[in-house]
Amino acid sequence: MYLVEYLLLAAALFSIGVYGVLARKNGVLVLMSIELMLNAVNINLIAFGAFRGNAIGQVFALFVIAVAAAEVGVGMAIVLLIFRNRASVNLDEVDLMRG
Amino acid sequence: MLDHAWLIPAIPAVMFWLILGFGKRLPGKGHELGIAGVGASFVLSCVAAVQWIGRSTDVTIGEGAHVEHVRKAVEHSTTWFDIGNVHIRVGTYIDGLSVALLVVVGLISLLVHVYSTAYMHDDRRYTHYFAALSLFTAGMLTLVSASSALQMLFGWEAMGVCSFMLIGHWWEEKENSNAALKAFLTTRTGDVGFLIGLSILFFANGQTFDVRVWNANALGGHVSHLVLLMGAIALMGAVVGKSAQFPLHTWLPDAMAGPTPVSALIHAATMVVAGVFLFSRLYGVFFTGFSIAAPGHGTFTVPAVIGGITIIIAALLAFVQDDIKKVLAYSTVSQLGYMVMALGVGAWTGAIFHLFTHAFFKACLFLGAGSVSHSGSHHSFDMKRDMGGLRKHMPITFATFGIASLALAGIFPLAGFWSKDDILVTAGHNGYELFMVVGLIGAFMTAAYMTRCVWLTFYGEPRGAAAEHHPHESPAAITAPLVILAFLSITAGWLNGFGFHYFGHWTTNETLVHALERVNLVEPRFSFPAAIISLAVAGSGILLAWLYFEKRALGPLQDLAARNALAARLKLVLVRKYYLDDLYEKVIVAGIAGPIARGAYWFNQTVIDGVVNGAGVGAKAAGHIVYDIIDQKVVDGAINGAGFTAEEGGTLLRIIQTGRVQQYAAALFGAAALFGLALVFFVGT
Repeated sequence: MYLVEYLLLAAALFSIGVYGVLARKNGVLVLMSIELMLNAVNINLIAFGAFRGNAIGQVFALFVIAVAAAEVGVGMAIVLLIFRNRASVNLDEVDLMRG
Repeated sequence: MLDHAWLIPAIPAVMFWLILGFGKRLPGKGHELGIAGVGASFVLSCVAAVQWIGRSTDVTIGEGAHVEHVRKAVEHSTTWFDIGNVHIRVGTYIDGLSVALLVVVGLISLLVHVYSTAYMHDDRRYTHYFAALSLFTAGMLTLVSASSALQMLFGWEAMGVCSFMLIGHWWEEKENSNAALKAFLTTRTGDVGFLIGLSILFFANGQTFDVRVWNANALGGHVSHLVLLMGAIALMGAVVGKSAQFPLHTWLPDAMAGPTPVSALIHAATMVVAGVFLFSRLYGVFFTGFSIAAPGHGTFTVPAVIGGITIIIAALLAFVQDDIKKVLAYSTVSQLGYMVMALGVGAWTGAIFHLFTHAFFKACLFLGAGSVSHSGSHHSFDMKRDMGGLRKHMPITFATFGIASLALAGIFPLAGFWSKDDILVTAGHNGYELFMVVGLIGAFMTAAYMTRCVWLTFYGEPRGAAAEHHPHESPAAITAPLVILAFLSITAGWLNGFGFHYFGHWTTNETLVHALERVNLVEPRFSFPAAIISLAVAGSGILLAWLYFEKRALGPLQDLAARNALAARLKLVLVRKYYLDDLYEKVIVAGIAGPIARGAYWFNQTVIDGVVNGAGVGAKAAGHIVYDIIDQKVVDGAINGAGFTAEEGGTLLRIIQTGRVQQYAAALFGAAALFGLALVFFVGT
């Protein structure tokens, strides 16, 4: 088994996720891109775990999945409230914190 | 009791606080506490004396023909405080000398307390008076039972304070408070010597205050003679101040400003006797330091000369006093001179014995004088103006006063005869014939001035207050102490007279006995010629004075001062007390105080004011500099600068604060990517 294939896959997924976070205007899609990045990390964790022959990577991955679920719950709730107030989820318009 | 002797001074000390705290609420205004405390001390002292006498003479000192059997002193001490490795100890050192003084102090103090209940009746500070008496007694008892010289200093100073309080008891009159100040300051002059002497001997003896060690080291030759001489001279200053020796005797006659019972206490049992006690307690130091009776050291010693001068000059002054208490005061000075001279010629036992007997008859005389003024002369002490002819009205006072006067004059077989004889014989035995003669002259004058005193008070026609008011005998609280003291004035001398030698053997100290063996006559060598001579001298003193005053005989001498310019001048010298007071007050005090005051004024005006003004001007200038430069420029600049910087920084930084999440995320990822690259390039591989 070669580790590098998995790492390349994870790097590709992560890059797609970064692109999505930085470039997409839709808040829902930004959240989904964050999920992509987290899953890229999960792939890395499980791949390293399998490579070293133990279950620690899988344990960490399970933690990440649990935290990601919570994060998506909170994130979707925020996006939903923004949508209700503004009838839009365009992140460029959300700049209340501008100095 | 010898083992728990600390109780003896402790009881009156506790009573002092109790009287101060509760005295005024008690029916007797505190005198019952004082009498109970001193009475308890006296009883315990008597128990201690009986135990001491019953103690076996099991300590053997010396060998062969010089063997001495003495009682071992009882010493108990405990650590008071530590300074580094120096342990300052406190405790009791009870030997025959302590026991003799404990009994005397306890008895005289008890009688004075009883006497005071009548004499000080209705006094405005009755309670405080008894409190001070208790503390005074406690101070003296501490001194005589102390095992360490530092502890002695405490008792010594406590007495100084109490004498100040008691002499100035009626301080509303300026004269009295002046006398109290004079007594305090004059004795303090000598006390400086005490402190210096203590320091010298403390270090010379390996950092200890133990009096037994001091004596043993001094007599054993473990301390260099020069150091001992310096220590002895310094301590002699304390003796001279406290025991009113020439030239610091001037405070004692003025101390008569206090209530009469206080005079009795000060003169008989405490205070002035403290100096003589210090001398005899640390006799090893003085004995070696002053080379007393050492072979080849001449025919005089420093203490003997001081004592001899004091005997003569004080006795002369007693002739020109009209105040009965002042006659007695100069008599005390003169008798203290006897004791110091006796110690100076090696008559250790004689000096203590004289101290012992003198306490009884001098207390009797003072209390008798108080009785006369209390009931006979309407509170006056002037013999020439307000007394005379009182023997018919005050028989008990007259009889006791007469007995005590005869004892003081040294008439056989009263107390003073034996103790004075003891001193004179020892002085002759040790080769100090000059001082034997001085002692005889002193005895002659003592007999003469006491005759004058008795004649002026009790004989002749009543004058002044004694004639106008109704003289009567004093109450029992006053006469009872007089009778007791008169009895002791007769009998106290028999302890070492009539061939008995109890006193000498009882007081012998194991540390001193071997050194004193050669010069100190524990058993006075009673010789008939000496006794006859001293008796003849005293008798002729009384006789001549009697002829002069009663019979108006000795024609050429009558009113000599009124007719002869030289005699008048001599009398003036005596009346002015040798101008010593003028010397001290006008020359020394004024001479020192004037320049010091002027110097202090100059220092005040020039230096201190200069410093103060300079400080003010400097502070003002510094204030301007601080305001202009530091406050206005540095501090304000820093604060303004901080505000400005924050504002400008904020303006700059708000540009990147866009509020857009994706720009922040871009910065985050960009930074993470840069750190990642840095990791790869600099740390990796």
